[in-house]
Amino acid sequence: MNGTIIGKWLLTDKVWKFKIEAPLIARERKAGQFIMLQVDEDKGERIPLTIADAHAEEGWICLIFQEVGYSTKTLAGMQIGETLPVLVGPLGQPTHIQNFGRVVCVGGGIGVAPLHPIVGALKQAGNHVTTIIGARTSDLLILHQEMKTLSDKLIVVTEDGTEGSKGRVTAPLLAVCESEPKPDLVVAIGPAIMMKYCSETTRPFGVKTLVSLNTIMVDGTGMCGGCRVTVGDEVRFVCVDGPEFDGHKVDFENMMKRLNAYREAERRTKDCNLEKVADEKLQESS
Amino acid sequence: MTAWTDHREIFEEGKKIFQELQSRTEPLKNKDRISIPRQAMPTQEPEARAGNLCEVSIGFSQEQAVVEAMRCLDCKTEPCVAGCPVSIDIPGFIKKVSEQDFSGAAEVIKRTSLLPAICGRVCPQETQCEEVCTVGKSKKTISQSVAIGGLERFVADWEQDSDLINTPKVKAATKKKVGVIGSGPAGLVVAADVRREGHEVVLFEAFHKLGGVMRYGIPEFRLPNSVVDQEISLLKKMGVEFQLNTVVGRTRKIEDLLNKDGFDALFVGSGAGLPLFMGIPGEERVGVFAANEYLTRANLMRAYDKEHADTPIYASKKVVVLGGGNVAMDASRMALRLGAETVSVVYRRTLEEMPARREEIEHAMEEGIEFRFLENLLQIDGGEDGRVTSCKVQRYKLGEADDSGRRRPMAIEGDTFEIPVDTVIIAIGNGSNPLIKQTTPNLETNRRGNLVVDKSGKTNLEGVFAGGDIVLGAATVILAMGEGRKAASSINAMLASNP
Repeated sequence: MNGTIIGKWLLTDKVWKFKIEAPLIARERKAGQFIMLQVDEDKGERIPLTIADAHAEEGWICLIFQEVGYSTKTLAGMQIGETLPVLVGPLGQPTHIQNFGRVVCVGGGIGVAPLHPIVGALKQAGNHVTTIIGARTSDLLILHQEMKTLSDKLIVVTEDGTEGSKGRVTAPLLAVCESEPKPDLVVAIGPAIMMKYCSETTRPFGVKTLVSLNTIMVDGTGMCGGCRVTVGDEVRFVCVDGPEFDGHKVDFENMMKRLNAYREAERRTKDCNLEKVADEKLQESS
Repeated sequence: MTAWTDHREIFEEGKKIFQELQSRTEPLKNKDRISIPRQAMPTQEPEARAGNLCEVSIGFSQEQAVVEAMRCLDCKTEPCVAGCPVSIDIPGFIKKVSEQDFSGAAEVIKRTSLLPAICGRVCPQETQCEEVCTVGKSKKTISQSVAIGGLERFVADWEQDSDLINTPKVKAATKKKVGVIGSGPAGLVVAADVRREGHEVVLFEAFHKLGGVMRYGIPEFRLPNSVVDQEISLLKKMGVEFQLNTVVGRTRKIEDLLNKDGFDALFVGSGAGLPLFMGIPGEERVGVFAANEYLTRANLMRAYDKEHADTPIYASKKVVVLGGGNVAMDASRMALRLGAETVSVVYRRTLEEMPARREEIEHAMEEGIEFRFLENLLQIDGGEDGRVTSCKVQRYKLGEADDSGRRRPMAIEGDTFEIPVDTVIIAIGNGSNPLIKQTTPNLETNRRGNLVVDKSGKTNLEGVFAGGDIVLGAATVILAMGEGRKAASSINAMLASNP
C-alpha cells in the first residue's frame, strides 16, 4: 500500500532510514526531488523530505531524516507495516544532470542523504565526482560506504577529528577549488549555514554552485508561498522553482531567519506536550 | 451599515409576518409582495463570533424563508436566471419555497447546481442574481432584492438536515473514462456532470482533503467543512472515484494519463497558484505572509485548533492585511479569531471600489476590523532577527477612472507615515499554478501562466479541457462552477460523438 513502511534502520544518533512502499512516486522520481508527508491526517503538519533513494521496479523510496520536531519524532516511532496517512510526490524540479566534467559534491550532516541520488546520477552521466562529506563527529556520518562506492574520490571531515581530517567541509572544498583543473560544478547540500559558506568558498573561483534548500513548506505544490526565498533580486518558490538554486544568488541570511519563524511556537507547544508524547512513543517502540 | 440585531428578534419578526401572510384569504398581489420587507440574515453576535470559528450566518428560519420567497414576483423576464453563472431556475425554486415544498425546491436547484449549500453561502449574489432582481430594481436598491442566496442556502440546509437527499441518476456505463484534476468548485461540477452521463470519473486531488479552495482557503466561519463534505458525499454516492494525495504533473503526467492510463478526456481545474507579492522592501521579512499560506495553515492544517494541531501559526498581535477582496476579508477575520489584538485592512482605493462581497465587509467591520482606505504599504521594517516591527504607509487619492472603470488610486507625494505591526498578510491575488504547465510540454498558456481555452473550455491539446482559476486567474467559486459546467458539456459532447 502506498506509504507503508517496509524497512527501518537507525543510521546514527536520531538519524533514521526508512524504506517506504510508494510505487507511483518511485516510478516518476528523479534525483533532487522531494516528497511531502504527514504523520497524522487530521492534525499533522506537512513536512518536506528529500528522496534519498528509490527503486522504480520494486516500487519503493527511501527517506533519511533526523528527529528534530514532533513530526520526525513521531515518524521515527512508526513501525514496519504501518502506513503514512499522507505521502505526496515526487515534488520539485529534478536536478539538471549532464556531463559537466569535474563535479564536487558536498554533503553536511543529514544533507548527505539528498546528495546521494545526485552523486549517483552525476556519476552515471559520466562526470568525475569528488564527494566531501562532513559531520560533527564520526558517529554522525551517514552513507559513508555508499558515497565511497559511488564517487571517484571521497573526502571525509569531522569537526572533532574523530574521522578524516579535522575541520569543516569548506576546507577541502577550498583546496579542490585552488587545485587545477578547477571543478566545473559544485553541489552543496546541508544546513543553511554550511551551504552559505560553501557558496562563499567557491564564489571567488567563479565555480557554479548548486544548493538544495529546505525551507518551511505548507502545501509543497505551488500554492501557499510559504517557501519563498530571495534569489538574486527575485522571489522564488522552493517547492516549484527549486529546491535547487544558484548558491551565489541565494539570500541565506534571510532564509535562515525565516527558518526560525516558528521556533518559539514550536518550543512552547511541543516541548511541554507533543514532543513528550512523541518521545514516549519512541521509547515504547525501541 | 445595518445595525446588528439579536437573531432571536429576527426570527420573531419573521414569524409574525409569516402568520400575517398565512392568515390572508386573498391572493397576494405584486404590490403586496413588494411591500414585504426583506428578511434579515440572522448571524452570531459580533463579539461572540470574533472569538470562535463557528459559522457567522445562522441561516433563515423556515418562516423567514417562506416570507422571503413570497417577495418574489415570479416575473416573466427572469433577469436573475441570466445573472446566475450556472442558470439556476431561481423563480422556480423560490415558488416551491413559498408553497413550503422545500424538497421540490431542492429538486429544481439540483437540476443545474449540485452544490447549493456552498453557493448559497459564498456566491457574490449582489453582483449576480440579486443585482438584477426586479424587486430590488423597483425599490431602487439591491439591498431590497429578493434574498436569493439566503433562500438557496435555506433549501440546501433543509435538504441536508432532512436526510432526504436524492442522489442524481447516473446513466448506464459508457466505458469512457474521464480524469478530473483538482477537487475545487470547477472540478466537482465537472465530475458530477460527466458522471451523470455514465462515464467513469476519477478525481485527482493533491491534498489529503477534498474541496480545493473551499477547504484550504475559505474559512470555517464562512463555509463550514461539514457543508463541503456533505456536498462531496453526493459525488461519492454517484460513483465518482477520488484519488487523494496525487499531484498530476508530478505523480503522473497529463500525457501518461491520456496515453498510458486510458483516460479519454481530462479536465484541469488545478486552481490558482502562487501568491503575488508587492515587490516592496521588507516583504521577505519574518512575519510577512501570503494570505494563501496564512489561511491554509489555519484552515486545511487546522492551526486554529491550538490544543491539537501540529502546524504552528504565527503569534500575531498587530496585523495588517493588504488587499480588498474576499481573501483579504477572510485573512483579516481569521487573524482576529486567532487572537490578534488589532487587525487593519489596508486598501488603496475606497469602500466603493472594494471587490469583496458586501456581506463580508460588513461582517468584518462589525467584528472590529479596522479599514484603512486610500493607503498602501510602501515598506516593511523589522528588527535584527528579521521579524516585522513596523510598516511605512503611503496615502493615496482617487484620480480618473482606469480601464476597469474604477477610479485610479494615486499616491500623494510625501504623505507617508509609520504604523507599528508584527504581522503583514498580503492578499493581492494569485498567479497561476505552475505544475501542469511545467510538466506538460506544448500546453498553451498566456503571459501570466494561465491555461488558454476556447469557448467550449478546450485547451490546445486533444482531449484536455480546463476551467476555474487555472484559466480565469483568481475568481469566484461560482464562476469556476460555470466554467466547469461549460467544459463538462463539451466533454460529454465529445465522448458522445466518439462511440
